[in-house]
Amino acid sequence: MNLFPLEPFLRPLSENPWTYLVFGVIGFFFGFVLESSGFGNSKKLAAQFYFTELTVLKVMFGAIVTAMVLVFFSSAIGILDFNLVYVPETHLWPGILGGLIMGVGFIIGGFCPGTSLVSAATLKIDGIFFALGVLFGIWSFGETVDWYWTWWNTSGYYGRLTLMDVFHLPTGVMVLLVVLMALFMFWGAEQLERIFGKRDLTKEPRQRIFGAAALVVIALAVIVLGEPTTAEKYARATLTRTVDGEKVTLPAEEVLSRRLVQIHPAELLNTLADPRLSTIMLDVRSEADYNLFHIRGARWVPLERLPDLVPSLLTMDANRTIVVVMSNDEAAATDAWRLLVAEAVPNVYILEGGINNWIAVFGRGEADIIPTPVPGAVDRLDYSFPAALGDRYEAADPNPHEWEIEYTPRIELQRRRSPSGGGCG
Amino acid sequence: MAVAPEKPRKGLFGIREKPYIHPYLGGALLGLVLFVAFLLTRNGLGASGGLNRLIAAGEDAIVPGHIDRTPYLLKLAGGDLNPLDDWSVPVVLGAIVGGFVSGLINGRLRPEINKGPRVSNGLRLFMAFAGGAIMAYGARMARGCTSGQALSGGAVLSAGSWALMMCIFASAYALAYFLRKFWN
Repeated sequence: MNLFPLEPFLRPLSENPWTYLVFGVIGFFFGFVLESSGFGNSKKLAAQFYFTELTVLKVMFGAIVTAMVLVFFSSAIGILDFNLVYVPETHLWPGILGGLIMGVGFIIGGFCPGTSLVSAATLKIDGIFFALGVLFGIWSFGETVDWYWTWWNTSGYYGRLTLMDVFHLPTGVMVLLVVLMALFMFWGAEQLERIFGKRDLTKEPRQRIFGAAALVVIALAVIVLGEPTTAEKYARATLTRTVDGEKVTLPAEEVLSRRLVQIHPAELLNTLADPRLSTIMLDVRSEADYNLFHIRGARWVPLERLPDLVPSLLTMDANRTIVVVMSNDEAAATDAWRLLVAEAVPNVYILEGGINNWIAVFGRGEADIIPTPVPGAVDRLDYSFPAALGDRYEAADPNPHEWEIEYTPRIELQRRRSPSGGGCG
Repeated sequence: MAVAPEKPRKGLFGIREKPYIHPYLGGALLGLVLFVAFLLTRNGLGASGGLNRLIAAGEDAIVPGHIDRTPYLLKLAGGDLNPLDDWSVPVVLGAIVGGFVSGLINGRLRPEINKGPRVSNGLRLFMAFAGGAIMAYGARMARGCTSGQALSGGAVLSAGSWALMMCIFASAYALAYFLRKFWN
């Protein structure tokens, strides 16, 4: 099990009220450092844009690269599960337009929302007025976003997208490139301060060279160590289930062997019919088998393309989303389950006995679906069909009200808090 | 031009003003806070999201029916949802206290208006309010401000956060020339 992020912070915060206090302490140091760096002073912030003092750039990029190398180093040594770290989703066009608008507000007002709070807290009147403006702006947005709701939610939406995905680079290489870019910008910023701000660079602390070297060394270490493989992540994966009325945390492989995540076809049928839940069915069989027969609503995803789906599964609302993987029996589906669990996708289940079992349960009435079992075959479709009708068989979409089947329920929703914060997801 | 004061400036309670810390040290410390936040909680830092929820809580108290008719606000405070039950709220409240304490012990806690030398107080305050409103509108459209998107998203290499960060600097620099008399 990965040590971090800590388990209580994945669940709704109200289950552990002390977590609010932790966020409060984090916020305290956030505000303390902002004020100590001079971000409560609008003149210092505005100087950034006249090249006399590039404090904003130095503090901001200094913070970004420091946090970045530490986050990815923690991930590389296996104490932090990066898939659980909240990566803001990419809504490209609202982000670009919003960013351009923010720049206008920044140069006119001299603050950003966070810095105006510390400015207001230190009784700067301009900071207080900016903060009041922020409240007004936020209120205005809530009242007007309905006018362009669809654009705001769908335009340029790429989900959880990182720079590594965009440039097709290994994580460590990307981290090193960002560090080098930041160091180049720091050097450029000092030159600008020398020219426009008449600053004497010989008085700058020499220790900053060691800081730069440390950033490069950690970035190189991330390259050498590499990010954990799916197999390494799976070896650490654990799941919490209720067994005989008690919550137990078990290694993923034990959960499989005790058959705690294999759900009966009837449980899947009932889950599909539950309007409070969103059930994602992933069919990992061959395209030919999928075309012959599949459950209505199931999505065809060959095993080798499953990793591409992980980022979008990570951004689903865990409080109401269930993922069910299926193959002809259970072999390929179990491999798919291992991959998704290793990648920290919540609420993943396996269709017990696969499609063969589904047809055995719900296809009894269909005369033209004929059993053709071959003893000893693994993950083979054990039925023949008159034509590749896909989901147009009755058994592909059984009516849940016509079937009363006893089964042991296995699905236990893993409640997760939404990390997005703004209620924008 | 404002002349640098002869005697050292003081904050409230007569505490002598101390200089700001070196920007690289500030950056490293802020990065450390950000890293610890990610490590423990999976979330980074943020400001506008928490303020958004405070606003929604206010609206929920005054006009609950309005919340339940507006899709955006519905997600924050619709029905029995408590808009304050979110990580971003204690972070914002903590940041205000942290800024206050730092200003207090470093002698920077005092009522004043920071502005360019040629600008009247009234104009500066009007521009501050207008800038805040514009910035916040853009921040909500971008689903996060300089803290939540540029800083936190930037550190975990979110593609959208980097695009947004470039846009903030691009438009601020593009306008800076026209506002040079306002600030200098």
